[in-house]
Amino acid sequence: MTTSTVKAPAKSAYWAGVRDGSPFILMAVPFATLFGVVATDAGLTVAQAMGFTVLVIAGAAQFAAVQMMMEDAGIAFVLLAALAVNLRMAMYSASLVPYLGAAPLWKRALVAYLNFDQTYITSVARYEARPEMSVQDRVSYFLGVATPITPLWFIMTLVGIMVGSAIPEAWALDFIVPIMFLAMVSPMLKSLAHVAAAAVSMIVALALVGLPSGTGLLIAAGAAMVTGALVETWIERRKA
Amino acid sequence: MTYSTFEIWLIIAILGVGTFLIRFSFLGLIGDRPMPPIVLKLLRFTPVAVLPGMVAPLVLWPAATGGVPDPARMIAAIVTVAVGIRTRSAIWGIGAGIGTLYLALWVFAIR
Repeated sequence: MTTSTVKAPAKSAYWAGVRDGSPFILMAVPFATLFGVVATDAGLTVAQAMGFTVLVIAGAAQFAAVQMMMEDAGIAFVLLAALAVNLRMAMYSASLVPYLGAAPLWKRALVAYLNFDQTYITSVARYEARPEMSVQDRVSYFLGVATPITPLWFIMTLVGIMVGSAIPEAWALDFIVPIMFLAMVSPMLKSLAHVAAAAVSMIVALALVGLPSGTGLLIAAGAAMVTGALVETWIERRKA
Repeated sequence: MTYSTFEIWLIIAILGVGTFLIRFSFLGLIGDRPMPPIVLKLLRFTPVAVLPGMVAPLVLWPAATGGVPDPARMIAAIVTVAVGIRTRSAIWGIGAGIGTLYLALWVFAIR
């Protein structure tokens, strides 16, 4: 890419984000619709279902909470389970610090509200590829990625509530999410250390799949990060 | 579901605030203070440490088949990763993966 002129960057960073975030419409539309359907079936009112989608804005945790509410689980259990599902986002938050820590507090708060798997991974991949980006450009890019997904997430939940009919099984919707996540992460496997981290993440997560509410994933992620750092250090030493 | 209206809104409010605080945590509190190099090194592996673990059980034991391994889904996952690595592009990976999934589901269905 050519180096752009002085005044254009923030705006073009925003639009680059919009472009890179657009494929996730494929995922946001069916899943938001599905959440609307499930939430209504579970007995939530329109306002409550929309409250979930706008305030919590985290697909997996929303589904987990509604699922447990359908089973009349204790309130504390519903909260614990759904928040545990979201704990991985504390890791996302920490890993954004080197890139966005210098941004004003309100911008960091806005990014935090919109910090979910898709926006996070897409943005970090861009930050890694372009270390020369300014903090302002990084924020613009992040908000750009969130732009096509977030309003659709809200609107399609409402559509799901109104239409209220299930999506045909033949669409194999369950597998769109894994494909999206795999497609996002594979281009980031750029060194032996990254591959080793990914392998440990999978092995530990599969071994601990029986643990409740994503706790196995947290342990797997921790083990994978340590593995990545160790392998990278080992390779650096061998080169030196 | 037997919760009162108040209880349902309580759950939504606490989940909303709690989720925001999780996402804001480090980004909000640390700001631009420097972090130790070892922490930075660990954090650089966050994406490749979280996503593969999140996806692996969904690929091996899909809920849609009642947890029985499904060749169509597995092939689609392999193609997605291969294309993603080869092209270094998430978009190509998504396209190839979804295309393969529907093709494989169709092939296995008529067999």
